[in-house]
Amino acid sequence: MPKSKAIIIAKNLSKIYKTDVLETVALDNVSFQINEGEFVAIMGPSGSGKSTLMHILGALDKPTSGRYILDSKNVENLSDDELSEIRNKKIGFIFQAFNLLPRTTTLTNVMLPMVYAGIPKEERQKIAEKFLKMVGLSDRLNHTSNQISGGQQQRVAIARSLVLNPAMILADEPTGNIASAQADEVMSIFEKLNDEGHTIVMITHEPDIAEHAKRIIFIKDGKIIKDSTNHQRRRAAIKKEVLKND
Amino acid sequence: MIEFWELIKESVNTLRLNKMRTSLAVLGIVIGIGSVIALISIGQSSQKSVTSQIESLGSNLITVSPGSQSSGMVRTSTARKTLTLADAEALEKAGLSAINSVSPESSSRLQVIAGDNNTNTTIYGVKSTYSGIHNLKINGGRFITDSDYTSQSHVAVLGPTVVEDLYGSSSYDCIGEIIRINGQNFTIIGITVAKGSSGMTDSDDAIYIPLSTAMKQLFGVNYLSSIAIEAASSDVMVQAQNQIGYFLLARHKKTEIAKADFTIRSSEEMLSTASSVTGTFTSLLSGVAAISLIVGGIGIMNIMLVTVTERTREIGLRKALGAKKKTIITQFLTESVILTFTGGILGIIIGVATSYGYSRINSSNFTISPYSVLLAFSVSVVIGIIFGWYPAKKAASLQPIEALRYE
Repeated sequence: MPKSKAIIIAKNLSKIYKTDVLETVALDNVSFQINEGEFVAIMGPSGSGKSTLMHILGALDKPTSGRYILDSKNVENLSDDELSEIRNKKIGFIFQAFNLLPRTTTLTNVMLPMVYAGIPKEERQKIAEKFLKMVGLSDRLNHTSNQISGGQQQRVAIARSLVLNPAMILADEPTGNIASAQADEVMSIFEKLNDEGHTIVMITHEPDIAEHAKRIIFIKDGKIIKDSTNHQRRRAAIKKEVLKND
Repeated sequence: MIEFWELIKESVNTLRLNKMRTSLAVLGIVIGIGSVIALISIGQSSQKSVTSQIESLGSNLITVSPGSQSSGMVRTSTARKTLTLADAEALEKAGLSAINSVSPESSSRLQVIAGDNNTNTTIYGVKSTYSGIHNLKINGGRFITDSDYTSQSHVAVLGPTVVEDLYGSSSYDCIGEIIRINGQNFTIIGITVAKGSSGMTDSDDAIYIPLSTAMKQLFGVNYLSSIAIEAASSDVMVQAQNQIGYFLLARHKKTEIAKADFTIRSSEEMLSTASSVTGTFTSLLSGVAAISLIVGGIGIMNIMLVTVTERTREIGLRKALGAKKKTIITQFLTESVILTFTGGILGIIIGVATSYGYSRINSSNFTISPYSVLLAFSVSVVIGIIFGWYPAKKAASLQPIEALRYE
C-alpha cells in the first residue's frame, strides 16, 4: 500500500465540558489518523461524543487538550478568524439540516464559500455552475432552496462543499433528513467523489450508510472502541461464514 | 471582502424579506430626521423674518423711552412722564457728534371715524424726521412737514391697514378726505407704504399727525412716549448711546447711571434679543427632534437585535463556511446603515416638504440650509453605525457550533 499523506492527525484529543457542578467528558484521549483519499465513517450512539469529535475535526470547536493537525497545520490554538479561514479553505461541510441560505438561489448558495475566499464574481459563478452540474442540478441554478426537495438541497450542499477543493469533506449525518432513495443518491455521489480522490469523513449512526465508507471508527463514551477497514470487515464476515459452515 | 455593491444588494434583498418590519424601523428615523430638518428650517426662516422686520424699523435706530430699566416691568405714572419735548429739542441742538437726527414721538390709542366706519388705532404725534428715521415711505400724498408742526395743522398720514379699515380697500384714494379723531377733524394728506407687522409694533395700523397737534390739542400731554434717534453710522452706535445717556443724565440732574429715569435701547439690541429668542426656540425644537432621532436609532437597534437572533443559524453557517468576524460585522452594519440612510433620505424629503408647506401657509420665506441637510444625512448614517454596532458585534461573536445548533 503506497504511503499517502495524512490529512488528519489527532493525538490524545480530549474535550471536557465544565459547568459549576458538573464535569462531562465528551472525548477521552482519542488518537487516530486519517490519510488522503480515505472514506471514513465515524459511528456511535447518541451521546457517544461523535458530534463533539465532528466539531473539533471541523475546526468549529477547540479541544480541551491534545493535538489536532489538519492538512499539516496545527489547529488547536488558532484564533476565531484563523479557524474561519481553515474551515473555508480546508473543509467542505455537509450538514444534516443542509443549512442552505433560505430564500436564496442554489447558485448563490454554492458561491458563498468562494465569496469569503475572495474569488471574483465571474469565476465564482463558473465554478459554482460546474459543481452544480456535477451533482446533477444544472436545471435548478436559479431555484431558491425552499423550492427544491431535501435530496436536492443536500446535493446543493455537496456542490457547495467542493467549490474550494478542500482537504476533506466533513459530513454530519448527511442522510439524516432525507428519504432513503435520495440517501442512496447522495451516498453514490460520495463514493464517486472518493473514487476521484477526495477524502471524506462522515458522522452517522446508521449502519447502512456507514457501510458505504471504507473505514469505520466506532465511538462510545468518548473513546474509540473499534476502528476497522472495509477490507477487515469483509474478512471478518467471511471468517464468520466459514466458521458457521464448518 | 465582499464587493461593495454586492454587499449593498444582498443587504437590500435581506431587508426586503421583511417589508413591514423594515418600514417600521425606517419610520422612526424618517420622523426624527424629518422633524430636525423641518424645525431647523422653520426656526431659521422665522429668525430671518424677525430680523428683516426689525431692520425695517430703521437702521442705526436708538430709542429712548421714559422710565428706568431697573424699574422693570412695572412703570409708575410719574415714570412715564420723564421725557419731554424740551429733552428732544436739547438733544437736537446739542450737536452730539454720533447722532444724525432726532424724532420726538407721542402716541396714544384712539377711536377714528370716517363716514360710517370707525376703527381703533394708534395715533402717533411725530415731526418730519420720523419717516427718515423709521424707514417709513409714502405711497401717495406727503408726510408731516415742519410747517405742519409749527402751525399745529389738523393733517393726518394713514397706514394702509387704517385705510382698509375705514374705506374698505387699501388702494382707495382717500387723500383730501376728512376723518374724525376724538371729535376733531383731520384732513388726510398721505398714505404710507405697507411694511408688515414686526411683532411689536404695526406701522401699517397707525395714523401720523403733527406732534404739536397731538400733544397740545389731542392728547393734552406735556411729555413724550419716546424719542427715536438715528446714529451717524452703525459703527458709532455705542458712542451715540453713551452721548445720549450722559446728555440726558446731566439734563435730568441725575448723578448716577443707576438713577436714570429713561431707558436707551438700540435696534441692534432688539435684533440680538429677538434673534437670541428665536435661536433658543430653534435649538429647543431641534433638541426635541434630536431626541426623537435617538428613539428612532434605538428602534433600529431593536430590529437589528431581533434580526441577529432570528438569523443565528444563518450567521453560524456563514462562519462555518469561512466568514470572518469583520465580514459579519460589515454585513450587519451595512443593513443598519441602509435602514437609517433610507430613513434619512425620506426624512429629508418630508422635512423639506413640511417646511415648504409651513412657509406657504404662513407666507413666510422658505429656507433650507444645505448644512442642515448634510447634517441630517451624516447623522442618519452615524446613527446606523452606532446603533447597528452592538447587534453586529453580537452577531460576529456567535460561535459557529452554538449558532448551527440553534433552532
